[in-house]
Amino acid sequence: VIRGWPAVAGALGLTLVVTVTLAAPTVLGTAVGLSAPDEPMLSAVRFTAVQAALSALVTCAFAVPLSRALFRSRFPGREALILCLGAPFLLPAIVAVLAILAVFGRSGPVNTAMAMAGLQEVQIWGLDGVVLAHVFLNLPLATRMLLDGWAAIPCERFRTAAALGFGPGDVARLIERPMLRDRLPGAVLAVFLICLTSFAVALTIGGGPRATTVELAIYQAFRFEFDPGRAATLSLLQTALCLAAGIAVLSLGAPVGFGAGKGRHAQLPDGLRRVGRLSDPILIVFATLFLAGPILALLAAGLPGLVSLPAAVWEAAARSATIAVLVAVICPTLALLIAVFLVRLPQRGAHLAEALALMPIVISPLVLGTAAFLVLRTHATPQALALPVTLGANTLLSLPFALRILLPAVRASEAGFGRLADSLGLCAGTRLLRLTLPQTARPLGFAAGLTAAFSMGDLGAIALFADPTAATLPYQLSLLMGSYRMDDAHGAALLLVVLGLALFAVLERGGNALART
Amino acid sequence: MKILPMIAGLLAATAAVADDHPVLTVYTYDSFVAEWGPGPAIEAGFEAACGCDLAFVTAGDGAALLSRLKLEGTGTGADVVVGLDQNLIAEARDTGLFATLPEGLPSPELPVAWSDPEFVPFDWGWFAFVYDRTKTPDVPGTFEALAASDLRIVIQDPRSSTPGLGLLLWVKAAYGDGAKSIWEGLADNIVTVTPGWSEAYGLFLEGEADMVLSYTTSPAYHLIAEGDDSKAAAPFSEGHLLQVEVAATLAGSDQPELAGAFLRYLISDAAQAGIPETNWMYPARVPAGGLPEGFDTLVRPEKTLVLTPEEARAQRGPALAEWLEALVR
Repeated sequence: VIRGWPAVAGALGLTLVVTVTLAAPTVLGTAVGLSAPDEPMLSAVRFTAVQAALSALVTCAFAVPLSRALFRSRFPGREALILCLGAPFLLPAIVAVLAILAVFGRSGPVNTAMAMAGLQEVQIWGLDGVVLAHVFLNLPLATRMLLDGWAAIPCERFRTAAALGFGPGDVARLIERPMLRDRLPGAVLAVFLICLTSFAVALTIGGGPRATTVELAIYQAFRFEFDPGRAATLSLLQTALCLAAGIAVLSLGAPVGFGAGKGRHAQLPDGLRRVGRLSDPILIVFATLFLAGPILALLAAGLPGLVSLPAAVWEAAARSATIAVLVAVICPTLALLIAVFLVRLPQRGAHLAEALALMPIVISPLVLGTAAFLVLRTHATPQALALPVTLGANTLLSLPFALRILLPAVRASEAGFGRLADSLGLCAGTRLLRLTLPQTARPLGFAAGLTAAFSMGDLGAIALFADPTAATLPYQLSLLMGSYRMDDAHGAALLLVVLGLALFAVLERGGNALART
Repeated sequence: MKILPMIAGLLAATAAVADDHPVLTVYTYDSFVAEWGPGPAIEAGFEAACGCDLAFVTAGDGAALLSRLKLEGTGTGADVVVGLDQNLIAEARDTGLFATLPEGLPSPELPVAWSDPEFVPFDWGWFAFVYDRTKTPDVPGTFEALAASDLRIVIQDPRSSTPGLGLLLWVKAAYGDGAKSIWEGLADNIVTVTPGWSEAYGLFLEGEADMVLSYTTSPAYHLIAEGDDSKAAAPFSEGHLLQVEVAATLAGSDQPELAGAFLRYLISDAAQAGIPETNWMYPARVPAGGLPEGFDTLVRPEKTLVLTPEEARAQRGPALAEWLEALVR
């Protein structure tokens, strides 16, 4: 069934990803012996799963109407707004926490307004706050993933719907819901998995030890108890949770069969655009305030420090940008090949394989770093490997996102043109270059931009491989914060957001330009 | 993945060709070697005299350093370790990886008597709650008064943070069996518990809390580096727990003389004079020039609490259980 080198390469790539992911806790477990799961471990797993599930559901409950509103509306600056709304996804956890507190915190504008209105202060600490923070961080991703789904509906479908006199209910039933059934599970899953490994956000805003996540328990095992076996067990529990959630959620989805269009940008016929005329702008304004407020606070705090940043910060920025560009090339390529392989599998197998490919999201940096350290340390010093390991880890961790974005596009391309390509007898390479690549150029650009941005903002300091003299930007930022240098840290955070957004914009535009040619 | 060992091999080969000086490898925590930390000056100063190359290798903090040494065991490349603290000493000693200190090191000047066969202090500080004088005019003078107040504090998690563990042991050292009821009293003052020091201190600076667990020396940074005298540490009459940061040489080092010479340099006037304004802690030996201007304004607790390494190890497990019980409710 698996013919052609792209699919074979994809199968090998997937095998490599799964092996590395599972090898990390296994290496650790065999080096020191696994521990049996106990009550504190299970209670950490419970809290982690509950906060992640709540965060994912709330995020997507907002992402569905928001993405639809953004898809339907046309206004000046729409593209720029969509781009800037992506900023929260770039933020390292602690910067995000400070940005949210700048708005919702004790001395933020929300509480100032509440006090002026004579109302009680809003307390952000606790599970509600954790969910709020996770919605802030992940709404951009979920919205973008769904927006991608709306944009992938061939415009011919909407025109047919208008010609047949469909009302909003018919459009929802025959066009929108099938699209959501295809895309929503992936978006829910992506957010769920990101929140599963949230550590600093969950603990800091969670308000204390009630908010003990699996990642914190891993820290405790390493640092407090010096028990790597316990860390390995916790890491395996987290992976199992990821697999179970992956298979459950993915099997809810159903690939959509819209058929192929001419690939023109969807433009809604006038008759359908009147729907949501009132609610769409309100929704967009509300979401903009929610997402942009903390980012503006970041901007205000960062600008004064930006001019006087130490040279080390600029060097770190250059290093991070280089890594991000490399990740943006390697990761989507690998994801595309894996997607080409996955669409050739029967559905049940594809779900399992895809769930396996999601596992890297939930690797603990501590466990991955320690395992890599045990394997690599006989070959070289960890400091010499700091940047290659960061590159590898960022590629691995962003692969699931790239795959989630590319898979539906590859599937649609195969469904629409696969039989034609078969009947023309295209060889595998030509098929990839002449059919799959042009058909997926837009999502490829999105995936490249997203993985670059993700790589830019990820802490990038894999445990035991961090080198302060060759620090990445997020790591440099944490060093600044750890040395009282808050003004410099604010400046560095702003630099990080600007660079990440710029990379994202350039790569995504590149994909769009390619799609138009 | 084959490419990684290849790259690594190339790097190692070039490093070996480039230099035939002996290399002294010093493991330390990451902020020590930052551009603004004590590392760069110490490296330059030591290399000027030793005819060797000093190579810093870093881990996140003291606990991460010890984890790394445990993973490496006797195969470790470290000659010297700088940056464990007294709460980690018992655990570190048990690894059997450390050498007896060289003869004739000058004794440290701490607020308490100190003697250890393997670990030598290079700086120290008192844990303390730091506040803003302009916003919080009345500060409590005891943990009990703090618990009774409606001040909001932010602390670090003892499971992931060194100061967090310090506070846990501070309360234990001050109250013993009464520690749990202190924590129950503090529960409604604690805004949140952060994974590390920087998150907590950041929240405090952003105005989310009235007080933050840090060091009595923290206000010196704001005073000296920023010209801001609004920050102060609150003296507690129960006494303040001491944190002592230590260095040691490895028994398996192939450069024991050089390693010993480095410890001697680390506690010499030249290296110690840089500690206050880079690590923002008290130097283990006050240099001939005295402490920098501004350090005289800091609160000096009347009573110093201290736990021996063995007490610290024995108490941290039960103390953590109490802490969790009091705060999880």
